[in-house]
Amino acid sequence: MIRIVKRTDVSKIKAARIRILAVVLALFTSGIFILLLRHNPLAVYSAMLQGSFGSAYRFKETIIKTIPLVITSLGIMVAFKMKFWNIGAEGQIFMGAFAASFFALQFPDLPKPLLLCLMMAAGIVGGGLWALIPAFFKAQFGTNETIFTLMMNYIALKWITYLQYGLWKDPDALGFAKIPNFSDNAILPKLFDIHIGWIFAFILIVIMHIFMHHTKKGYEITVIGESEDTARYAGMNVKKVVLTAMFISGGICGLTGMIEASAVSGTLSVEVSSGYGFTAIITTWLSGLKAPFILVVSFLFAVLLQGGSFIQTAFQIPQAAAQILQGMILFFVLGSEFFIQYKILPRQNGVEMTAEKEGK
Amino acid sequence: MDRSIFIQMNEISKTFGTIRANHNINLTVCQGEVHALLGENGAGKSTLMNMLSGIYSPDSGSIFIHGKEVHFTSPKESIAMGIGMIHQHFKLVDVLTAKENIILGQKGNFFVNQKKLAQQIRQISQKFGLEIEPDKKIYDMSVGEKQTVEIVKVLYRGADILILDEPTAVLTPQETRKLFQIINKMKEEGCAVIIITHKLHEVMEIADKITVLRKGETVGTVNKSDTTPKALTDLMVGRSVDLSIERVAVEKKERLLQVEHLTVQDSEKVHVLDDVSFTLSTGEILGVAGVAGSGQKELCESIAGLCTVQRGDIVYNGENIVGETPRDIIKRGISMSFVPEDRLGMGLVASMDIVDNLILKEYQNQKGLFIYRKPVKKKAKQIIQRLDIQTPGVHHPVKQLSGGNIQKVLLGREIDSGPQLLITAYPVRGLDIGASHVIYDLLNEQKQKDVGILFVGEDLDVLLELSDRIMVLCEGKITGIVDAKSATKEQIGLLMGGAALAEDQEVKQDD
Repeated sequence: MIRIVKRTDVSKIKAARIRILAVVLALFTSGIFILLLRHNPLAVYSAMLQGSFGSAYRFKETIIKTIPLVITSLGIMVAFKMKFWNIGAEGQIFMGAFAASFFALQFPDLPKPLLLCLMMAAGIVGGGLWALIPAFFKAQFGTNETIFTLMMNYIALKWITYLQYGLWKDPDALGFAKIPNFSDNAILPKLFDIHIGWIFAFILIVIMHIFMHHTKKGYEITVIGESEDTARYAGMNVKKVVLTAMFISGGICGLTGMIEASAVSGTLSVEVSSGYGFTAIITTWLSGLKAPFILVVSFLFAVLLQGGSFIQTAFQIPQAAAQILQGMILFFVLGSEFFIQYKILPRQNGVEMTAEKEGK
Repeated sequence: MDRSIFIQMNEISKTFGTIRANHNINLTVCQGEVHALLGENGAGKSTLMNMLSGIYSPDSGSIFIHGKEVHFTSPKESIAMGIGMIHQHFKLVDVLTAKENIILGQKGNFFVNQKKLAQQIRQISQKFGLEIEPDKKIYDMSVGEKQTVEIVKVLYRGADILILDEPTAVLTPQETRKLFQIINKMKEEGCAVIIITHKLHEVMEIADKITVLRKGETVGTVNKSDTTPKALTDLMVGRSVDLSIERVAVEKKERLLQVEHLTVQDSEKVHVLDDVSFTLSTGEILGVAGVAGSGQKELCESIAGLCTVQRGDIVYNGENIVGETPRDIIKRGISMSFVPEDRLGMGLVASMDIVDNLILKEYQNQKGLFIYRKPVKKKAKQIIQRLDIQTPGVHHPVKQLSGGNIQKVLLGREIDSGPQLLITAYPVRGLDIGASHVIYDLLNEQKQKDVGILFVGEDLDVLLELSDRIMVLCEGKITGIVDAKSATKEQIGLLMGGAALAEDQEVKQDD
């Protein structure tokens, strides 16, 4: 028989070791799966690394995938810190991209800095307002935000689909359903050959870290996440904070939409979010809602994404196989939390454990 | 005496993480014995009983029931051995009748033989002198009736060992007396009864033997006839303590708060507060007594601006504050702290450290967008020192502190804000005697500073000693306001049960 004992004194190093072990086990388990597909797991893994680091181009692609993950995760973090389960980042990305695209398509000839600033503002407002809808219903009527934000994703997706196949369809694309490309003025410039979204990501990490830890709003969001009753007792205007926080959360996700539309796709399309809104939920959670860790985790997931699409061509393995690896890692890391909090000991009767004598 | 031993627990140990909840505890309970388990909070009473009822299993040690060694792995096995535990929070299904609750979870035929069941229940209730209406729904019942259903439930399952976890916490004195009659009846019928409590006078009234636990260890088992409340307290605390609470006298009194015809409805349009009127002066402690859920919470929350007032006025320093936001009311110098049953839910943020908890009510007074923790850190250190809070540091999450220290942080913050009106509900909830007295001293200290205090309490003895006047609530109505110096516990008990006060007994209010 075994028994489960709560750990009370887990050092950070030990916790990190357990998490790393979890990732290794995830790779091992996925390896068995790859073996079943009749491939050499080690070859596949090294190919994944090559696919994401092997050349300047591939590395650049990895960075380009890191940027939206980082920014979206930062947005989701704000909501999650408040225990507002915002699953709607995908929709907020779409609506941010939509609002930004509106200006890009309507005023293609505005001076570049002005147009880009307009698009960014529009992206933030678009995503923010979209997130404000479920926040309003939650604050006012106590609706379930998980279902609500999730459903809002599909509304956003279908709206963009409608634009692409209907209202905004490019008449010059010979019947091909696409929205016209942005003018050059609406494309984000590059620095070191990567669009400047990476600078935004870095700046946002710093800003969000300060916001969560050193501002009144950040403090209020944390308190509400811990206990709404306590927040009310302290005289906080809970509704107002929930609305503000969700506007910020959605706004940041909306900014991702603007960046992706402007710098990556060059226009608005149903593929503009590439599922980042969902992947970012994972990265946010794995980072423990801490801004600096979001950078690390997002980069690792970008490697998985980029490596995954590389092995697809190199080994003829469907990309779904790489996604299994992602799921496996998430599963193992979440599972490892149990072993960080508890340890398992063999049951002994009549004998006291010396290991437990220490402490009070 | 020649009575068979029902329970024998030998050298029981149980550890949670680094906390030794039970360490080599021995307990023997015989047939026809009422055994009180006495100890401060965290002494390990509940842990020990949970092992007896199969919820936990001991790390080491052995348990014999009716002379047979047992290794419970689930409560089911414990029930099968004739052990019935009555928890502090009743485990009943509200929408079902007493009868349905009693047979819930029992093996049986698909169809219930109603007649036979009713007969069985009647038999049990007659045998033990329990009054029960089998077809009454639980939600129509008073707390005392619910408890009776719980007792019948375990007896129906054939229990001859009963464990009652703080059974009197929710009862009026009258209901308590009834319960004690039932317990005595069970004793006569040859059951063994274990009662967990920290109320000394009850122990002296009902128990035959008393086992005192302290910090997870058995301090001793004594016969009631060989001991006194004072001796028991000293055993519990481990040192000699002064049990009396001081009532300080304050001369100059001005009216601070006047509540008139306050009426509050809950979401089902039930009047949770009904036409409540009272006054409170500076330098006065007004105690609020009542069975749990009589409107205490709503009273506190409506003064603090946290719940909607249907009708009535709350006049504070001459101004009606009904309709103001909680923030404005805090700014006026009204502090409210409510310690809920889980002790952390309101007022403190469990995972935050002391500094972040102290800043909770005053960060809004800071200018600008940013939050400044430095001045608060200094204050945290002062409060820790003044109230003797045991903590590894100011940046230690409060949830890892012990109950007493958590409540000191809460009250320390409220007092530090320099309130004029201090509303505090259950500030000593779950605290041991030593820590409770620190809290009473703090309240008296505030009283001397001319702060008006509304003290919602559970323990009538404490209310009688500490308060100047006591206001009794019953189902949202004030059934009486009495002078604490002359009132008796019986009197208050009757009021808690809803009896109105005779005219001449009413204390003249100072208006």
